[in-house]
Amino acid sequence: MRFALRRLGFFAVTMWAALTLNFLLPRMMPGNPAVAMMAKFRGPVSPQAFKALAAAFGLNNHQSMVSQYFSYLGDVATGKFGTSLYFYPQSVGRVILDAIPWTLGLVGITTILAFVLGTGIGIVAAWRRGGRLDSIAPPVFVITSAIPYFWVGMMLILVFAVRLRWLPGAFGFDITLAPSFSPAFIGNVLEHALLPATALLVTTIGTWILTMRNTMVTTLAEDYVRMARAKGLPGRRIMLDYAARNAILPNLTGFAMSLGFVVGGAILVEYVFNYPGVGFMLLQAVNNEDYPLMQALFLLITVAVLVAILLADIATAIFDPRTRTAG
Amino acid sequence: MPTGPASSGPAVLEVSDLSVEYVMDAGSVVAVDRVSLALSPGEFIGIVGESGCGKSTLLFGIAQLLAPPARITGGSVVFNGQNMVGLTDKQLAAVRWKDLSVVMQSAMNALNPVKSIGAQLKDAMRAHGVTEADRIADRSAQVLQMVGIDPVHLRSYPHQLSGGMRQRSMIAMAMLFTPDLIIMDEPTSALDVVAQRSLMVQIKELQQEFGFAVIFVTHDMSLVSHFSDHLMVMYAGQVAETGDTRALFGSPLHPYTAGLMEAFPSIRGPRRQLSGIPGSPPDLARPPEGCRFAPRCPQVMPQCATTPPGLYQVGGTDVRCLQYDGAGNAGSLP
Amino acid sequence: MAMLPPVPSPGAPPVRLLELAPATDQQARRGRAGLRRLVRAVRANRKASTGTVLLALFCLVALVPGLIAHDNPNATIYPRSLGPSARHLLGTTALGQDIFAQTVWGTRQVLIIAVGVGLLSTGIAVLIGVAAAFLGGLWDGSLNLLTDVLLVIPLFPLLIVIATYVQNAGTMVLVLVLTLTGWSYTARQLRAQALSLRNRDFLLAARVRGERRMYIVVVEIIPTMTSLLVASFLTNALYAVLFASSLQFIGLGDPNSDSWGTMLYWAENNEALQTGQYLWAVVPGACIATLGAAFALLNYAFDEIGNPALRPVRRIRANRAG
Repeated sequence: MRFALRRLGFFAVTMWAALTLNFLLPRMMPGNPAVAMMAKFRGPVSPQAFKALAAAFGLNNHQSMVSQYFSYLGDVATGKFGTSLYFYPQSVGRVILDAIPWTLGLVGITTILAFVLGTGIGIVAAWRRGGRLDSIAPPVFVITSAIPYFWVGMMLILVFAVRLRWLPGAFGFDITLAPSFSPAFIGNVLEHALLPATALLVTTIGTWILTMRNTMVTTLAEDYVRMARAKGLPGRRIMLDYAARNAILPNLTGFAMSLGFVVGGAILVEYVFNYPGVGFMLLQAVNNEDYPLMQALFLLITVAVLVAILLADIATAIFDPRTRTAG
Repeated sequence: MPTGPASSGPAVLEVSDLSVEYVMDAGSVVAVDRVSLALSPGEFIGIVGESGCGKSTLLFGIAQLLAPPARITGGSVVFNGQNMVGLTDKQLAAVRWKDLSVVMQSAMNALNPVKSIGAQLKDAMRAHGVTEADRIADRSAQVLQMVGIDPVHLRSYPHQLSGGMRQRSMIAMAMLFTPDLIIMDEPTSALDVVAQRSLMVQIKELQQEFGFAVIFVTHDMSLVSHFSDHLMVMYAGQVAETGDTRALFGSPLHPYTAGLMEAFPSIRGPRRQLSGIPGSPPDLARPPEGCRFAPRCPQVMPQCATTPPGLYQVGGTDVRCLQYDGAGNAGSLP
Repeated sequence: MAMLPPVPSPGAPPVRLLELAPATDQQARRGRAGLRRLVRAVRANRKASTGTVLLALFCLVALVPGLIAHDNPNATIYPRSLGPSARHLLGTTALGQDIFAQTVWGTRQVLIIAVGVGLLSTGIAVLIGVAAAFLGGLWDGSLNLLTDVLLVIPLFPLLIVIATYVQNAGTMVLVLVLTLTGWSYTARQLRAQALSLRNRDFLLAARVRGERRMYIVVVEIIPTMTSLLVASFLTNALYAVLFASSLQFIGLGDPNSDSWGTMLYWAENNEALQTGQYLWAVVPGACIATLGAAFALLNYAFDEIGNPALRPVRRIRANRAG
């Protein structure tokens, strides 16, 4: 119980930090980007939206920083994220809602795949210590985890989309098609998702494999694994039930925190493939100085990472009996 | 090879010239150097020695539980007539736990922390063909009761039990199939003196009831000498002295054994100055030429530095000391 | 942009790290003479030697780019979009620049960023990590909170947000921004190590001798944490290379700078892949990958050197784990 409370408290502090960063950064930067932005959008934006914007950036009202800060917090709490400037007149909320399913699909499925495959390979590599897999895995995956995501994406586009023309190299779906739930459309979506997913998978799987392998190696040296051998238990059971179950526990929360990096990678992959997800929107916002959208997306991503950590904590509590009684 | 008293039948275990090496990049270290021992059914042998003398390695070598970089490099381990050295895990599975089980030093580390005691008992039974749920439940409750633990703890996890209970549950686990031989690696070291004694008494009672042989490794000589039929003193990977416990205790032949005895105070008897054995064991990566105990030996002779002593038979005891290399005493080879 | 190895979760006890702290006091004192041992270890480990060689190569190129590439990387005077030839080893860009020259000269900026961020981040991480471990109490609590919060906030989005406001981030700005956001990761590990060292005998001996806390920290503790400090440097350097290039790639860097990331930005903007100018896109990315791989290999090799259990094992007959 106490642990849960401390955790929630930590999440609250993190959210507060993210919000405060959102508030302070534009006001602190040299050249006051807020002012520049205001000047740029004076024309095309309706007076109301402009006023809201000015209020959000604290420019034309002479409230103190402190009260601006609290009104900002209040706005976020009530879900008022404002109007998107680039996608004007759509609200920020609308833009984000449209983009989320794409990212959820791409990143969600790829991460699960990478995790399952990665930990599986890591477990087997450690179990067959000294075998072929174990000798190849570390150097190969150390290298793959150091390759920039966007470059892998570009190379995949080069080979499969441009030269071989097997798969499309851009967008979430063929823009000539109308979105629907028909098998044809879904097939088209999957076709477009294949290369981005591969790019993400290839670069993220390395770290899962290596950390799982390393933790397994340490766990395999434990006495209870030796005991299991002494009991004559079948190899598979020792590998999974005695070694892997214990090896994975300390990694669960770490994996969740790595989600922050996976999200970052997704941003680049979506950019390279023009894939209409949250990351792509973020970069659109960035390149077009759509600050309200950018700030909202930043908050969203932070919340996503916190939720992932929460889920990992719950998983650890479920699978590790020691945490349950400790409370 | 001195055999135990009052035991009948062929030897349960015959270890002959067993050698274990740790093979590393820098070179190899011989941790166990040609050790032999024989055990009859129901016999209790204690193996004592200071840290690093190779007793745990010997144990794991006998039970075929070594992990790289440790390897058996010589000798044989004949258990119930079958040489276990070189067998694969699959081949060993038939014998493991059914006829030979192991109790390890720290139950906290030897029990899977994420599985309940009952689940771990079940795993062992299912691995050996016992699959009916009620048979498993009955036997699990039975072995726990044997060691004085309430069967309600089948549902407990290792961290929920006290140290003594954990250790006893390990013994219960070892008794699942009432094996012929139970190997114990310092099972009492992690306990307080009171728990130690009660555990030893329990082990002895079980042994008398079920008739299994025991190899008991410890650094605590006084503890094991109350309960063992046989004693083996190890030093620097070799057998220093081995023989009947009473005989060894009454008149230790090897200077090292004598030194160990001197180091333990007795509750009765006159008060005397405690003495230890000065110095430290040799570096096994570069073992000395002659007797390994020579640098610390109070009875050292000039030839000890250059001539490695063999195991010489003196009455019912084997000693590795040049003092007993008398003419006509062609003892067993080292 | 690599995924760094999973980090111990905030609030949880630190995961057992490499056994880098010396087991005895004698070893601690001999630690400084361990440099020789280190060199030998590096030579023996294939990953370490590969990484070192690659890194040395890049450093060489960064030091004397003029000797290797004779053209001005910024000059847009050459014929555009040429393929590789004897005159232009890697061809030219759509803007008329020599690709080989750009790649060679770009090495400098990337290395400066990598080394700069590596050193600065490690410096801050040591300060905060060790301070938290030794000051304890409220200091420890608040520093920990700061570290954890920064750790959890997704790094790349944060970098994007900051870089957007800053506009055209040049080298110095990139170093600063990357350092300020990146120190938290290794600070956690350093604090864990410092905590485990806190009660070691050789420190108690120093205190009994009457040494002041600052002395103890600087002279006794930090040298024993050398391996972890090196690991921290390598991790941060790798992170800097990848994130800096990524930021430049999406256009948040200075578009006029000489850097691999910027090259890729221009390549993407000019649709290099679709228009057959492959080298423009392939070469800078390959360089980033190679430099990143060098740091990553060295980092992993240090892990192996510190933790012998992880080293490559030769299979001996029918040998299974356990």
